[in-house]
Amino acid sequence: MSLVSIRSLTRIFDVSKPWLNRLIERKPKALLTAVSDVSFEIEEKTVYALVGESGSGKSTIGKMLVGLLGPSSGAVEIRGVDLARETDAQKVDDVRADIQMIFQDPFASLNPRWRVRDIIAEPVAARGGETGGLAEKLLEQVGLSARDAGKFPHEFSGGQRQRICIARALASEPKLIVCDEPTSALDVSVQAQVLNLMSDLKDEFGLTYLFISHDLTVVQHMADRIGVLYLGRLVEEASPDALFDDPKHPYTQMLLAAAPQLGAFGRDVPPPTGEIPDPINPPPGCAYNPRCPLATDLCRTERPELREVRDARVACHFAE
Amino acid sequence: MTTPILSIRDLTVDIPTRHGILRPVSGVSYDIAAGEILGVVGESGAGKSMAGNAVIGLLNPPAHISAGEIHLNGKRIDHLQRDQMRRLRGKEIGMVFQDPLTSLNPLLKIGDQLTETMLAHLDITAQEARKRAIAALEEVGIPGAAERVDSYPHEFSGGMRQRVVIALALCAEPSLVIADEPTTALDVSVQAQIIALLKKLCRERGTAVMLITHDMGVIAEAADRVAVMYAGKLVELGPVRDVLTTPLHPYTDGLMGSTPLASRGKDRLHQIPGAMPRLDALPQGCAFHPRCPKAQDQCRHDPAPRIEDGAGRAACFFPLAREEVA
Ligand SMILES: Nc1ncnc2c1ncn2[C@@H]1O[C@H](COP(=O)(O)OP(=O)(O)OP(=O)(O)O)[C@@H](O)[C@H]1O
Ligand SMILES: Nc1ncnc2c1ncn2[C@@H]1O[C@H](COP(=O)(O)OP(=O)(O)OP(=O)(O)O)[C@@H](O)[C@H]1O
Ligand code: SF4
Ligand code: SF4
Ligand SMILES: [Mg+2]
Ligand SMILES: [Mg+2]
Repeated sequence: MSLVSIRSLTRIFDVSKPWLNRLIERKPKALLTAVSDVSFEIEEKTVYALVGESGSGKSTIGKMLVGLLGPSSGAVEIRGVDLARETDAQKVDDVRADIQMIFQDPFASLNPRWRVRDIIAEPVAARGGETGGLAEKLLEQVGLSARDAGKFPHEFSGGQRQRICIARALASEPKLIVCDEPTSALDVSVQAQVLNLMSDLKDEFGLTYLFISHDLTVVQHMADRIGVLYLGRLVEEASPDALFDDPKHPYTQMLLAAAPQLGAFGRDVPPPTGEIPDPINPPPGCAYNPRCPLATDLCRTERPELREVRDARVACHFAE
Repeated sequence: MTTPILSIRDLTVDIPTRHGILRPVSGVSYDIAAGEILGVVGESGAGKSMAGNAVIGLLNPPAHISAGEIHLNGKRIDHLQRDQMRRLRGKEIGMVFQDPLTSLNPLLKIGDQLTETMLAHLDITAQEARKRAIAALEEVGIPGAAERVDSYPHEFSGGMRQRVVIALALCAEPSLVIADEPTTALDVSVQAQIIALLKKLCRERGTAVMLITHDMGVIAEAADRVAVMYAGKLVELGPVRDVLTTPLHPYTDGLMGSTPLASRGKDRLHQIPGAMPRLDALPQGCAFHPRCPKAQDQCRHDPAPRIEDGAGRAACFFPLAREEVA
């Protein structure tokens, strides 16, 4: 059974100017659809990765999953419990306790005035749990030392701080961790250490990850299943092998061709054309149509549904 | 051999502090030829930007060049006065930084910024400058250049702004361009556009380029040669294909192994233990020895050999043999 089931998830932000300005300038309300009708499932003990360029809606989905944001429509179900609609508070609480989040910036996400011991134990202490020796044990599990528990965040490097964030996320023994760009701020050699650690912990504790990243190579390395987002829409979903060997959506194809490749010395491919459109006024039909070499009139009027195309799910009228 | 556009010899940058002298750049030597792109890679804090800033005379005091020489087109430039250096920037050296807004004046139309730079450095009329400004914007791929020339920087997207900065860096026809993480803040598809543009323009004009980045993929695609820095030192220098596919320095080898790109299908990434040392706690001997799988006693006591002008490729007592790397 899948641990997470996301169904027709949509999130709209009101980005209008204050009403008086609108009245004077005769401007209508401005609504930004950050996530639009996205559906996918995450199987237990797997890594589901969301990739996409800046503003594609990755973090917004992650925040809805952990309950930091509510959906405008659609649903997030975790073990069959719809977090936004479930009325049994105990059930919601139990599910919430099973989810943790790790953020991109290990500098901003640790309280500088707290000792590492208190930072790590906080999620457990907040629920009145037993915290004696907990931080020390977790620090060793993430490759730091028990003695580090008495130190403050500023005494650690970026990679070490991300390990502290991981230790904190593990403290409440979660089933699911949403990792939002967990290594984007780190150097490659430190990134390798943190990614390896995350893989080890996943095996050891039977964790499930929603892994958010804009880095295709990291995603390819970590994921069991990959969802590609464009302008808030899920355009393709497949296993890493299927996605990288045989991308089926024109946007995925462009993204893979544009990604720098280690073996491609002096490669001169024609770079992609165009830019991501304004999310407040997305193009009608398929959001990718202004940049797509295959676009037809159909693409400019009708939004393609996500459908099965061999070993993938693809939202394109012409993918086959 | 023809004179290189840029020649750096034994470049050393010092920062005096209350607790002693820090050395973010230490005895670095490399050349860049006309039409060549030299990629400079290394982890955060390795001294890449410091070395670049030393070349363009933009070190923030108290950081200063304490030893070594920098030659541009055969002329020594490391001891020039501030105003002489300012003339050199823009005219002889173009610059592209990570944040395009640092290179653009938010209050000036982009066309005026281009014409101002050209009028300051080239012997042309205002009319001619405006014509060239529009042509330059067209060349870097700004749609509707004739209209957009009168727009302000904030009216462009991040990728378009970086194109404007490239137009600005190249408009006075410099012989050297220093691009410090020009695409780090941009999305993959925009990054590909910017790198392709930089490559094309520099090839066409024979501009020498110092491309500073921590992205090995970008280096592979854009650079002709690569310089790898670690803790202020140049540790490996050579043609990009050789350095990336058969690295000789243990650090470069570790770096390549920990790049996910290089290890597709492997369960674990190769790990270099530990982290790069801080400048105030550099180990004795070879700075990499605490993390190096090949370290011997000599490495712990003697400073590692230097890469002098073109002699030797890896600054290491015990470089990897080619067979070990594969
Ligand atoms: N609180 C908010 N108010 C208004 N707009 C928002 C808000 N949060 C996100 N957005 C908008 O929603 C869209 C999706 O944002 P999101 O942060 O989810 O993207 P992302 O894929 O995580 O991008 P990045 O790679 O830059 O982190 C963007 O256009 C963003 O500007
Ligand atoms: N004013 C200063 N005082 C002390 N140390 C400094 C100062 N400015 C820079 N440094 C140090 O100099 C070293 C070299 O910095 P530099 O900016 O050149 O690194 P870099 O290789 O460009 O890294 P990045 O990839 O993060 O840009 C770093 O260790 C940095 O901490
Ligand atoms: S639906 Fe049409 S515009 Fe969209 S990706 Fe497919 S072919 Fe291109
Ligand atoms: S000099 Fe010694 S410690 Fe330094 S990289 Fe070479 S083998 Fe390793
Ligand atoms: Mg985000
Ligand atoms: Mg730098």
